[in-house]
Amino acid sequence: MMDPCAHCEEMMQPYLDHVLTDQEKVEAEAHLAECVDCQRRYKFEESLRIYVRKAVTEEMPAELRQKLAALRIPLE
Amino acid sequence: MAHAGTVDLMDAEPEDAQRLATEARDRVRFEEDALALSDQVYRVARYLASSREDADELMQETYARAFRSWRSFTPGTNMRAWLLRILNNLNIDRGRRQQRAPQMQPLEANDYYLYDRLAEDGDGVSDEDKVVERLSQDDIVTALSAVPHDFRDVLVLVDLGDFSYADAAQILDIPVGTVMSRLHRGRRILKRELAESALEEAT
Repeated sequence: MMDPCAHCEEMMQPYLDHVLTDQEKVEAEAHLAECVDCQRRYKFEESLRIYVRKAVTEEMPAELRQKLAALRIPLE
Repeated sequence: MAHAGTVDLMDAEPEDAQRLATEARDRVRFEEDALALSDQVYRVARYLASSREDADELMQETYARAFRSWRSFTPGTNMRAWLLRILNNLNIDRGRRQQRAPQMQPLEANDYYLYDRLAEDGDGVSDEDKVVERLSQDDIVTALSAVPHDFRDVLVLVDLGDFSYADAAQILDIPVGTVMSRLHRGRRILKRELAESALEEAT
């Protein structure tokens, strides 16, 4: 029998991507409900994803926006 | 009967004009829709490209091509994915894509590695949001840039662009299974890099 925390770790990415089957999801949640360590790690992973996304998101430069609009093909 | 030809012509002309007007309207709508998506496309393009300058050029080439070949877009399908597929192909065609260093793939840690390292250092701080805040924005940008391209492309499409595995597979022209394995490894490599920079700062 696999160490439940190791199994939980394996389930984490697919869990957070919402691609687990219903059965797998029930299993993961059952372990999470009783394991504070895994709960923390899942929460950390979730906030990490949000944090990374915020940190690396760059707004498009205004000049580029104008250049793109200028590429439109004029109506004849 | 001599009239017949003339009458046909006169009937055909307004139909032609109608067709042209419809086409012009569809094209303008397409252009507007594509431009409205440019912010979202840029966010992903910025990291598919090797630099800000490359991203800028790629965006322009992508939109120029999209506006020319708007007819090949199927209305009702995912336009953002369509635009990024053009962009990714241009990126590869022009050889602008950074060469990945084949033997230089960083060792992967497990999925919990980063959290465990940060929490260890954190004087028993267990609030997950606080643990995350131990990473600086620079750490994160540097770590993402250090992820080899093949893995980063998938990571950027799914985690920044919110594309499904299937869309990412289509954009990059790779099987869905490959998207999943690269995503999995890419995230681990990113966390490994983050752990390294966070630990460097701590010492």
